[in-house]
Amino acid sequence: MELERKLLKLYEKDATLSPTQVATMLGVSEDAVRQAIARLERDKIILGYNAVINWEKWGEDGVSAMIDVKVTPEREVGFDRIAERISRFPEVRCVYLMSGTYDLSVVVHCEDMKDVARFISDKLAPLEQVQSTVTHFVLKRYKQDNFLFEDKEEDRRLVVSP
Amino acid sequence: MSSMERYISKTVQHIPPSGIRKFFDLVAQREGVISLGVGEPDFVTPWHIREACFYALERGYTMYTSNLGMPELRQEISSYLQRRLGLYYDPATSIMVTVGVSEGVDLALRALLNPGDEVLIPEPSYVSYAPGTELAYGKAVPLRTSARHEFRLTRDELAARITPRSRVLILPFPNNPTGGIMTREDLLELVDIIVDRDLMVISDEIYSELTYGATHASIATLPGMFERTVLLNGFSKAFAMTGWRVGYACGHPDIINAMNKIHQYTMLCAPIMGQVAAIEALRHGEPEMRRMVEDYDHRRRIIVKGLRDIGLDCFEPRGAFYVFPSVQATGLSSEEFAERLLEEEQVAVVPGNAFGASGEGFIRCCYAASLHNIEEALNRIERFVRRHRSGQARAAGAGSR
Repeated sequence: MELERKLLKLYEKDATLSPTQVATMLGVSEDAVRQAIARLERDKIILGYNAVINWEKWGEDGVSAMIDVKVTPEREVGFDRIAERISRFPEVRCVYLMSGTYDLSVVVHCEDMKDVARFISDKLAPLEQVQSTVTHFVLKRYKQDNFLFEDKEEDRRLVVSP
Repeated sequence: MSSMERYISKTVQHIPPSGIRKFFDLVAQREGVISLGVGEPDFVTPWHIREACFYALERGYTMYTSNLGMPELRQEISSYLQRRLGLYYDPATSIMVTVGVSEGVDLALRALLNPGDEVLIPEPSYVSYAPGTELAYGKAVPLRTSARHEFRLTRDELAARITPRSRVLILPFPNNPTGGIMTREDLLELVDIIVDRDLMVISDEIYSELTYGATHASIATLPGMFERTVLLNGFSKAFAMTGWRVGYACGHPDIINAMNKIHQYTMLCAPIMGQVAAIEALRHGEPEMRRMVEDYDHRRRIIVKGLRDIGLDCFEPRGAFYVFPSVQATGLSSEEFAERLLEEEQVAVVPGNAFGASGEGFIRCCYAASLHNIEEALNRIERFVRRHRSGQARAAGAGSR
């Protein structure tokens, strides 16, 4: 268990680490690491691995929006069923159940504003349980998943020091 | 231009130029160098500490503090030492804030030495103890440590070097450059000699938080040693605060008072910005510090394994963020190895002899570098060692014919 926790902490920061590297870093065998990773993947504790990309810098920025959604919960399943339905649209990046004045926070990423509008009017708003939506467009990203988009902290140390 | 050297004091003239400085000049002229030659964390000071400093500046914290340092900081230091070592130092009389441990070393030496007194300095070690001794008109006496003993100071070596003029023993553990530590048992071996020969100890514990698989032991906690020890520590390494220049000295009120006499006339006080940041570090910095230490530990294991796989003998360092592999297998001296490695593979390491004669045959590699850089440096060192080993084998073969 302790190994698995350490593994998760390492991979949360850097998913490119190889089992060989991790085994050395933690002082355990490579087999133990491979088995632990397999277990964590099988149990869906590690859901996947992806890169954090500055698409804007690449030149294909697209449009992201956070949509506050009020929904009617359903008997027995509460908010889960509608949340799962919304989650399955490929434009949808994140779905959270929130406390406060609305229920679901839905983050979408589309090619342009028209696409976002179409998603809301054609797919999201017509859902039977959805009562209302309020859309906020993302203007600029500063930090995502622990990475700063413009990190001004370079290695400024002297190359040799006592 | 005529030389002004004759105006320089004999004491200063007598101090040899730093071996590191020379190497720094070599490295500074090059580009694309991967450096394992630094002596500081690769982390920037944690944000909450920097932020606390901004806030203090906004509120006008720009003035002198008391000579001993801000009372709140001394209080935090006192609680910290009680928490970590179980020692109680009175914040009013037994703790002073210094401009880094460097100032602490200087003050302690000047407060304790009479001209001609001998200072016992384990080698290899940080570069300032011997010059600091000479500036205080003392005489530096090196104590050899060796890879065989994982660079611990042994009882025999200490006993062999003591003379009637011996006055101070410096204990620089966890050690820069070797990464060696002294456990409580190792320190206990020395205590009766120190007491019998009436030595004072300056214990430089700046790397105390950076130990791996072992807990730091301070000689001040051992029987009879509390009053004989000037304990020096600071914020540079544990909290990644090298540029803030904040350290502290703890000891008997008479000693601290003597050190403060020098401090008040030479330094007045440590910069207030650094002191404010240090308060924040001690109050809220431990979780972040633990994360950094864990990170160093990961990289430590990678570099030790990497160097051993290359065929360079390397004892497992249990402190600081340095490894100290032997390069004797290549047939090169420390300096040759470091200079050629820089020239041929653009990797900077520090020759072991820069830290004293017993560092000859070793190099210091600092693993406070990104994992990517460590692995790339290891690849380059491997290429380099392979080349020089086969060269050496050819030369040996030719000689025997």
